[in-house]
Amino acid sequence: MSVRGVDKVFGTGRERTEALRRIDLEIPQGAFVSLIGPSGCGKSTLLRLIGDLTQPSVGTIEVNGKTAHRARLDRDYGMVFQSPVLFDWRTVQRNVELPLEMTALGRTQRAARAAAMLALVELAGFERRYPWQLSGGMQQRVAIARALSFEPALILMDEPFGALDEMTRERLNLELLRIWKQTGTTIVFVTHSIPEAVFLSTQVAVMSARPGRILEVISVDLPQPRNDLTREDARYFGFITRVRERLRGHDVAPPRAAEVAASG
Amino acid sequence: MRRLRYYGPAVAIFVGVLAVWEIAVRAFGIQQFLLPRPSAIAAAFTEHFDELVTVGGNTLVEAVGGLLIGGVAALAVALATARWTAASRALLPFAIAANSVPIIAFAPIMNNWFGVLNPLSKMMVVAVLVFFPIMINTLRGLTLVDRSSLELMRSYAATELAVFTKVRIPNALPYVFTALKVSATLSLIGAIVAEYFGGARSVLGQFIITEAAFFRFANAWAAIVVASAVSIAFFLIIVAIERVAIPWHASSRSAESS
Amino acid sequence: MFRAARGVLSFAAVIAALGVLWEGIKLLGGDPNGAWTPPFQWTVASDLNMPHVWDIAASFVEPAQRNGPPLGLVLGDAALFTFREAFGGFVFGALLGLALAIVFVHSRLLERALVPYVVASQTVPIIAIAPVVVIWLQGGWLAVAVISAYLTFFPVTIAGLRGLRSPDPRALELMRSYAASPRSVLFKVRLPAAAPYLLAALKVAATASVVGAIIGELPSGIREGLGGAILNFNQYYVSGPPKLWAAIIVAAIVGIGFFVLVRAAEAFLMRGRVPAAET
Repeated sequence: MSVRGVDKVFGTGRERTEALRRIDLEIPQGAFVSLIGPSGCGKSTLLRLIGDLTQPSVGTIEVNGKTAHRARLDRDYGMVFQSPVLFDWRTVQRNVELPLEMTALGRTQRAARAAAMLALVELAGFERRYPWQLSGGMQQRVAIARALSFEPALILMDEPFGALDEMTRERLNLELLRIWKQTGTTIVFVTHSIPEAVFLSTQVAVMSARPGRILEVISVDLPQPRNDLTREDARYFGFITRVRERLRGHDVAPPRAAEVAASG
Repeated sequence: MRRLRYYGPAVAIFVGVLAVWEIAVRAFGIQQFLLPRPSAIAAAFTEHFDELVTVGGNTLVEAVGGLLIGGVAALAVALATARWTAASRALLPFAIAANSVPIIAFAPIMNNWFGVLNPLSKMMVVAVLVFFPIMINTLRGLTLVDRSSLELMRSYAATELAVFTKVRIPNALPYVFTALKVSATLSLIGAIVAEYFGGARSVLGQFIITEAAFFRFANAWAAIVVASAVSIAFFLIIVAIERVAIPWHASSRSAESS
Repeated sequence: MFRAARGVLSFAAVIAALGVLWEGIKLLGGDPNGAWTPPFQWTVASDLNMPHVWDIAASFVEPAQRNGPPLGLVLGDAALFTFREAFGGFVFGALLGLALAIVFVHSRLLERALVPYVVASQTVPIIAIAPVVVIWLQGGWLAVAVISAYLTFFPVTIAGLRGLRSPDPRALELMRSYAASPRSVLFKVRLPAAAPYLLAALKVAATASVVGAIIGELPSGIREGLGGAILNFNQYYVSGPPKLWAAIIVAAIVGIGFFVLVRAAEAFLMRGRVPAAET
């Protein structure tokens, strides 16, 4: 998956905001790539560009050897947001089946696939419950199951654990890694948390403040599989420091952009 | 330029419909009583302007009077029962159910009680019509207060009266205005329908009936246009009052209608 | 379950209290009754203007006309007649309202062009338009249903617009990521999200449809419905005051009954969803 020479500009004239500038990013298959940067740096925008939910002003994006647009129409990727965005009028199972309803699968096949995905996220037995009956962490796991249900090659995640408490977050980090290993999907993961980015990823793309640029792509070559011991590894802290230093000095937007932000 | 884009389509429709109406009636010779030509209606409007203003005004007085009576009563009942949650919880289902009674059936009764020619009989119909929406909404506004706000007041050891004036009543104002906006149009319609069951000559409802009976349909339609215009004006006046009374809320409402 | 029982009980209690209040007023200022002479004299409380509660109750079993069937039966038939018209209007109005809401959600241009007129339509006194509709549709059942629909479609349109626009924008993004067709989005996301709003509006619409039906009967000269009954008993009020009140009570029951029916349908359709606030 590659992003080449991408610029993204919103608005025109006085309200022109340059969200992203000259983004070049190559993501190998099966990788786990985190996008990290200060607020407003455009990481969510970049994620949406990859998902063809918005289009670049300049540049090209290729996913799985096709254009991003084609990839979306072919349903090559799944998406998970910060809030689970489950439909509260559907049971857990029917929520997971949602994307499958837009494919040619029959009803029994859909149900089987949904059940398998729920088992994967360790929520077997909760099929008939409604979202409001589950905790935040469980709802997010359902959202992940839904994203996986049509076995995409790529998963896009926009701060999926941001709204959860620290302990649930760490637990879900481990679960996500397990699922990643089992399915072999490529994951692009947006986060605010430096430790989380380092813990989960094979590569961390550090971004500057608006207009967002990729400052550096740091390869995190900590041993796999990652677990609780990894969090005590000295190199783990080394990488965290490296990322933090890279961010420092680049987390304040240049004056002109700040002016735009203040007036708009 | 923005304004034009926003209001343009609606104005275009208005002009377009008028034009088609005018042409179609002439071209197809549609019978007069179904749909007089807009030009005929406009002529009737200018010809009977004074009379229309008089009857319109009288009906408006009935509507406003009824709104005042019903509104004050509704506010009083809501304020009184908000204090006792048991009472309001008992009253609410009754009020909601009573709101589904076709109040218009009371028009003949009010005529009997207060006299057919007395505007008070029409005002009472309007009062009953607007009572329940205003009461239900006010009660909702007084009771559906953010729990954290109440806890905050408790931490200040505020008296019940203080909680009422500083939290509940401001909270209720948007709800009250929503009900008032609905009641504005309701009151005028209620007054006119009540007049249909009998009333003095110089009111809109009776004017429409009389003119229609004499086959002077252009006049009848002119009166209908007046009724609609007055209704809209009444609504807009309430919107204006709302902007002044609760600017903090109205500005966040944008294009939402009640 | 208990909530429903409690609602019914409190309703019955308030009715009973009203009855006591009614007789109390008559006791203080009504007409002399046997040995009791009230201290005040209020015209409003006379037996003519406020018949005794028991007289009203009794009138249900007495014949409405000389040698005719009991009033209760007559009013029952009238109520059914009017309810059929109201139901027809309700269905037309609800479908029209929903259709308009769906059109407006998909076309901002049409919305901007037509919504002002949708709103303005409710300022036109329906009772003035009713005769025109009756003549155009040659009277009868259909004309009344159309008039009833006129009052019904508006709350459904407004609520429909709000409800169809209510889904989380991220849910819509999700559907885009699935390359879902607009039709899929409408049926899988917007309509289910709009359901609570629509059902709340349908409760209002139920009442409005009954009001519309009664009003519609007036210029149509229809005698078989409640509108006709009210008009009739009003004309001959002096000869039998309780009858008009009985007719009004029956009209009230139809209005409330329809409301309760829609409420029950709401409870059934919304089962399993997040328990929401009261009504």
